[in-house]
Amino acid sequence: MSAIIVDGVSKRYREHQALTDVSFSLPQGSLLALLGHNGAGKTTLMKLFLGLIRPTQGVVQILGCDPAQGSRDFRRQIGFLPENVAFHDEMTGRDSLRFFARLKGVGTNSCDGLLERVGLTHACDRRVKTYSKGMRQRLGLAQALLGNPRILLLDEPTTGLDPVLRLEFFGILNDLTKAGTTVVLSSHILTELEAHTEQVAIMRQGRLVAWGTLPELRRQAGLPTRIRLSVTDGLHDVARELDDLPQTLLGSQGMELSCATEDKMHLLRRISGMNGKIADIEMRLPSLDDVYAHFGHGTAISRNGEENPS
Amino acid sequence: MTAILIIAGKEIRDGIRNRWIVGSTLVLAALAFALALLGSAPTGALGVKPLAVTIVSLASLSIFLVPLIALLLSYDSIVGEGERGTLLLLLTYPVSRGQILLGKVLGHCSILAIATLVGYGGAGLAVGWGQTHDVQSWAALGLMLGSTIMLGAAFISLATLISVCVRERGTAAGLAVGVWLLFVVVFDLGVLALLVTLPKGVEPEVFRWLLALNPADVYRLVNLTGFENVRAFSGMAGLADSVRFAPSTLLAILFGWSAVPLAVALFIFRRREL
Repeated sequence: MSAIIVDGVSKRYREHQALTDVSFSLPQGSLLALLGHNGAGKTTLMKLFLGLIRPTQGVVQILGCDPAQGSRDFRRQIGFLPENVAFHDEMTGRDSLRFFARLKGVGTNSCDGLLERVGLTHACDRRVKTYSKGMRQRLGLAQALLGNPRILLLDEPTTGLDPVLRLEFFGILNDLTKAGTTVVLSSHILTELEAHTEQVAIMRQGRLVAWGTLPELRRQAGLPTRIRLSVTDGLHDVARELDDLPQTLLGSQGMELSCATEDKMHLLRRISGMNGKIADIEMRLPSLDDVYAHFGHGTAISRNGEENPS
Repeated sequence: MTAILIIAGKEIRDGIRNRWIVGSTLVLAALAFALALLGSAPTGALGVKPLAVTIVSLASLSIFLVPLIALLLSYDSIVGEGERGTLLLLLTYPVSRGQILLGKVLGHCSILAIATLVGYGGAGLAVGWGQTHDVQSWAALGLMLGSTIMLGAAFISLATLISVCVRERGTAAGLAVGVWLLFVVVFDLGVLALLVTLPKGVEPEVFRWLLALNPADVYRLVNLTGFENVRAFSGMAGLADSVRFAPSTLLAILFGWSAVPLAVALFIFRRREL
């Protein structure tokens, strides 16, 4: 069953076309990373999911409901962490969370457990005013997790978290998706997402330009795998032998080759055949950064708004 | 309903935390006691009922102060949350926008009610102590307290309307000051100018409905004409005859001044996109 269905959705603010014809569907229990520049339409899409705005065209369906109806039962199923989450500065962390728990109709008993889960127990009686960015972010995550939501929407959740916390954060998300929660998170820090996401959507100028798992996107992008060789002896012989591939010599002992991802096993076999000449192999697959760079900047936008391949 | 109470409760706790309740209570109490003591001292020798005099002074004071407190309390209730970034999150919770707005208005009205009851009520009790037989004056005090809260509610409603219409706190603050000036100062001057410039004056029928256009004037009429013994000290005896509204009509108009702006605010807030 699809937890989120987006069908032909466009959103126009007065002068500004925020989304153009976006369609996808997301099965329950998956984790989707929404990538894109600022202004690519990520936050607009989140607001559509939350029912805060209505699409100009098309249909958004979450858990089989139209979010813009704003039914109470629907909202109870949703957890949301806004970008730059803010709380009332004069309230303590615990009071803030209790206030939200009451609003959501969830017992306040769960609050202490959640504070512990996000690592805020030591600071929960301090006023939010004194919190660092990372602590606010964690409090934001705690409120998003209130009442075990079936859909979790996280807008730039990892800004302000240090690397250790990020790992813990993704640990929490992993547990949730295993339990069947559907998670959508937006980000532009990519390296951290690579290890944790299955499904990636890349947005540009309000359009969905790429959709798939990371390996699929790598294939779609056709980005080359780069292979670096350290050659003990006879660099030029090796270079001649592999001259069917694009190559760069690096000093007198090394070279870099690039080959299509599907050819890399064949290339590796050839290299291992060159007994004794190769000291070391270093292989770099196209990272999410490369994939994002390919789809995210792949075409230039000319003055009149038409897209031209660059 | 529970959501409204949760939000109202939070507003009241905020009011305690940021000293709004203590502050406004102290201001109202200080001025009320000052007026009560100064007001009753010179009249005592003439055998005037001091509680009635105090009510006249307090009502005149309230017309300036209560709208100001109400506007300051509520002008940023929505726009302030929007600017701090807390509104977006609140709207994703299982509460309707109407509940948010009503909860906030209810909370602010409660804050003002506490300040009025403690501040004015305290002064009234202190002055009227020992006048237990003077039932009419006590009723007038009750009417004054109730209508003061209603006056506050009317301006809280207006401030909330401002708050949902604008995008920046600064604009809201400016408009709030404008509303205060309009209803408390400019409106009466305008009516006065009209009375002076029109050669035949204004028909009493028109005049009384003209006053109904201003919640502060309605409040004045309620308190200064509501009871015989108060009317005598208020200098409104002549006016009261020409603009005779039943007290219940006046209260209904005052209630309308809370209900209508609030209804408009609800309508706008529901339709607003973020």
